[in-house]
Amino acid sequence: MMATLKKIWHWIDDRSGITEALQPLLKHPVPPDARWSYVFGSATLFCFLLQIVTGIGLALLYQPSSADAYASLNYIMHKAPLGRILRGIHYWGASGMMIMMGVHMIRVYLTAAYKFPREMQWISGVFLLVLVAAMGFTGQVLRWDDNGVWSAIVAAEQLGRFPLIGKPLAHLLMGGTTLGAKSLSRFFSYHVFLFPGFLFLFIGLHVYLVIRNGISEPPKVGRPVDPRNYRSWYKKMLREKGQPFFPFSAWRDVVFAVATITVIVVLAVYPGAPEVTRPPDPSMLHTSPRPDWYLLWVFALFALMPAQIESFAIVIVPPLVLFLLLALPFIRNRGERHPLRRPWAIAGVACVVTFVSSLLYIGSKSPWAANFEARELPPSIVASSLPEVKEGSRLFHEKACAYCHKVKGYGGDVGPDLTHVARRLDARQLRIRIINGGHKMPAYGSSLTTEELRKIVAFLKTRK
Amino acid sequence: MIEIKVEDAREISRRKFLRRLSLWSGAFAASLVAVPFAGALLDPLLRDDTGTWRAVGRADDFVVGSTNMVVFTNTDPKPYGGVVQKTAAWLRREKEDHFIAFSANCTHLGCPVRWEEKAHLFMCPCHGGVYNQEGDVAAGPPPQPLRRYEVRIRAGNVEVKTAPVPLTDLTAAERLCDQSSNT
Repeated sequence: MMATLKKIWHWIDDRSGITEALQPLLKHPVPPDARWSYVFGSATLFCFLLQIVTGIGLALLYQPSSADAYASLNYIMHKAPLGRILRGIHYWGASGMMIMMGVHMIRVYLTAAYKFPREMQWISGVFLLVLVAAMGFTGQVLRWDDNGVWSAIVAAEQLGRFPLIGKPLAHLLMGGTTLGAKSLSRFFSYHVFLFPGFLFLFIGLHVYLVIRNGISEPPKVGRPVDPRNYRSWYKKMLREKGQPFFPFSAWRDVVFAVATITVIVVLAVYPGAPEVTRPPDPSMLHTSPRPDWYLLWVFALFALMPAQIESFAIVIVPPLVLFLLLALPFIRNRGERHPLRRPWAIAGVACVVTFVSSLLYIGSKSPWAANFEARELPPSIVASSLPEVKEGSRLFHEKACAYCHKVKGYGGDVGPDLTHVARRLDARQLRIRIINGGHKMPAYGSSLTTEELRKIVAFLKTRK
Repeated sequence: MIEIKVEDAREISRRKFLRRLSLWSGAFAASLVAVPFAGALLDPLLRDDTGTWRAVGRADDFVVGSTNMVVFTNTDPKPYGGVVQKTAAWLRREKEDHFIAFSANCTHLGCPVRWEEKAHLFMCPCHGGVYNQEGDVAAGPPPQPLRRYEVRIRAGNVEVKTAPVPLTDLTAAERLCDQSSNT
């Protein structure tokens, strides 16, 4: 039996050349000291494979039509056997891919692995970064609940800020001048055919280049890259110290990938993918759209940057960042690689990581957004028997003050906490602020009667 | 070229011809496919949206001074479009014969603004944009006032003219569509 199987395998191998093709790849020598910091690229690749498998699974159940997608998503989540977990893996797999890609990119940058002769690897990586971000965004839209459709509109608005090409780009994204029947099939086509096609292309190039140019050796202080003799030095080093990639280096990739996939599956079971929200009906206006976590930092940026620079930030910054990333290997493709000799690289990464993670945190809180769920203050907090104070407290809620201001933990975070406002401001100062408003606060001068204003001030005067 | 030992002019021109034939015929075939593909890709740009008048209710049903949400269907509905083809606007009966229909899209990034009846404000849930009852920016990041839809009254019905999702232009500072009409 075994002998027959072996014979069949030998025939297949001989006629197809599988071993002949794969053996050199598996056995190609790699620097012996490439250890755990080298696992993130392959982990990104494994996450991508996970996305392909779960994506095909989801596509078996999904209806890519503007009218039916929402219902099919609910079917996946609540009826299809293990559908909830399948979608959970796809969601957390996307998150995993984002994180692994980010860490991989930081590792490559910090150790300057993009220098000669690996410039093209970096460039193909930048294209992959853009494609993965595009996949993340279109994937979120394919959920096709109210969050999904509003995300599409917000993205179209951002494109719309570009001069001349903005409007056509926005209409191309939405599949028309508004969201409609043709919108979803476009997002589906991008997410399932177009972007993955390019991803295969660039991943192929990226991996091919790793084989062609070899894995970058871990940097050493005082050993600069010199394009004149790097290749011969690298070859010699591999001849002397190189180890076959499989299994001496590959085992770490496998172990780390298995750990990553296990974590993703666990997260897919609990807490699982975010529940689908309400139907994709843009006429339901009482909704608060939020992007998925990996785009929350952009969401936060739009709330926090000065409104005057916003259009320029949208139009200039993304192309500039893209240009700088693509230009990086040409700015300096030689010299020291070790981060200790490139302190500005460390400082830059620290800045970017701090910037993005702070924005992610603040984005998850979004204190700039009105709290429409703010409730009226209970009598125990109003703590007054005076009718005008009680009336003022009611007006404080009714006139939407409470959406933005907190009093003893009740209310929103947009404006200052007013629990003790009477200690800071007297009645006249309070009136001025309410009537005139401010940068984040509307002027109430024209919408409050004198009587209403007097009552609200009377209420605020009791907040000591 | 280096391999050519016999300087045969005819051979070279034949080679040139065959190379050009392959490249140009390949490009021809590719363009045959590319044109219809581009048609599908650019489909959203290849049709005009001149707007369609949609009845949103009887004029008599709106109280003077009140602001109500009205829902209507987009310009070009399809049977496979579903609820995403619906749009909502905030319709105010300003005077007996005068209606204003505010777009519900925040001019900052398009999020849905909601009318707060008691506070007389339009508020956006995304980045803190607030508009007063005229639709002018009262607070937050929006760069422009709320857009308005065209409104008319026909046979006792209030009609709103559908319009593209309002896009804030980098240079536009003025209210682009300030047409509240009456008949």
